[in-house]
Amino acid sequence: MKGGLTAIVDYGAGNLFSVKNALDFLGAESSICSDRAGIAKADRLILPGVGAFPDAMEKLERTGLADAIVEEAGRKPLLGICLGMQLLFETGFEFGTTRGLGLIGGTVGLIDAPGLKIPHMGWSDVRRAGACPLSEGVREGESFYFVHSYRAVTDMGNVALYAEYGGVVPALVFRGGVFGCQFHPEKSGRAGLSILEKFVSL
Amino acid sequence: MLAKRIVPCLDVRDGKVVKGINFIDIKEVGDPVECAMEYDRQGADEIVFLDITATHEGRGTMAEVVRRTARNVFVPLTVGGGIRGVDDFRALLRAGADKISVNSAALREPGLISEAAAVFGSQCVVVAIDAKRRGGDGGGPPRYSAFVRGGREDTGVDAVEWAAEAERRGAGEILLTSMDTDGTKEGFDLAMLDAVCAAVNIPVIASGGGGSLRSFSELFLNTGADAALAASIFHYGEFSVGDVKQELIRAGIPARM
Repeated sequence: MKGGLTAIVDYGAGNLFSVKNALDFLGAESSICSDRAGIAKADRLILPGVGAFPDAMEKLERTGLADAIVEEAGRKPLLGICLGMQLLFETGFEFGTTRGLGLIGGTVGLIDAPGLKIPHMGWSDVRRAGACPLSEGVREGESFYFVHSYRAVTDMGNVALYAEYGGVVPALVFRGGVFGCQFHPEKSGRAGLSILEKFVSL
Repeated sequence: MLAKRIVPCLDVRDGKVVKGINFIDIKEVGDPVECAMEYDRQGADEIVFLDITATHEGRGTMAEVVRRTARNVFVPLTVGGGIRGVDDFRALLRAGADKISVNSAALREPGLISEAAAVFGSQCVVVAIDAKRRGGDGGGPPRYSAFVRGGREDTGVDAVEWAAEAERRGAGEILLTSMDTDGTKEGFDLAMLDAVCAAVNIPVIASGGGGSLRSFSELFLNTGADAALAASIFHYGEFSVGDVKQELIRAGIPARM
């Protein structure tokens, strides 16, 4: 339990330190890494991210991190957070069309919520869908902290938790050992920490 | 459903909480980190630190307070007070803040909003507006004037128009304090909040006047505000964040329990 090293992938997008603080708080060893060697050495990976899809993919591809992540994703658990979760999908439609990492089937498009504020920002409650190791014990109606304007469109078979904001907003997605949280588990209080704790115990 | 947020605010001077604090279970009274941890335990949806340090030397202590808090509190953390430029944003975000609130500097130099939004993203740029009612007694609609320097100087700028401009320039949120209701505990300034909420399409945090439990449900039943900020009622332990949430649930308002 909680053994091994979790690499937090640094590609110049987002607040890595909040994720690191949360893992430190949980007593899980982690390192911030920005090269292939760091990714290869780790036992599991976290892909954080705040910003825009095309920009983030460009950085991941230019640094060779995209290939490294895809290569390792079959071998070790991977958790994408917020934009990092969106990058797991095949295609993003933020500022044009961008190819994602393609680890989970689906696309990422603008939230379609007439009459609601964009971004979807704040605490939203979630419903349970498919069974996934990270959502075990999450109660129906539990709240998590979201900040995003785009949302994934994917088969419900890939969705463990979803929120509703102008339609279904996949909140926790998974496929094999690849997981993605649209919310910020590192900013979602005890409920969020418990998701991270389950991940670092995989 | 998106929950309405309850946001306790801590005034911090030279690294210590100002205003009396009446918590029972904290180790060091006056330590902002301990206070933030207590609010987190009570179910705060977000925590605001307002730095009222007057001296330049004292300001560095705020980053340290933020750093220690971010290691122990895992809900969004907003820091404001005396923010002058993008460098202040960077220093506090790096220390672990999630959002920075800017007031006087944005009114003096509105370009700061777009500059900060371009570098760090709109989601971490909060524009704080301290406003006071002007006129409206003679039958005409009231207008609201935006003040700077901690409410000491009237800029003459219309607060509703300023909120809309802040949104256009890239603000991610408005923190609206009514100087008329602030400290009265007689309820939020619903008319002013209504006017600002109608003028913007970004979240609005209501501040000033939160007193009774009922004042919080009235706020959310009658305006489009997304969050309520309060300081003294929580500090003095009159009621907890959880008590306010219970009142919201009772009134049928979505809240995170």
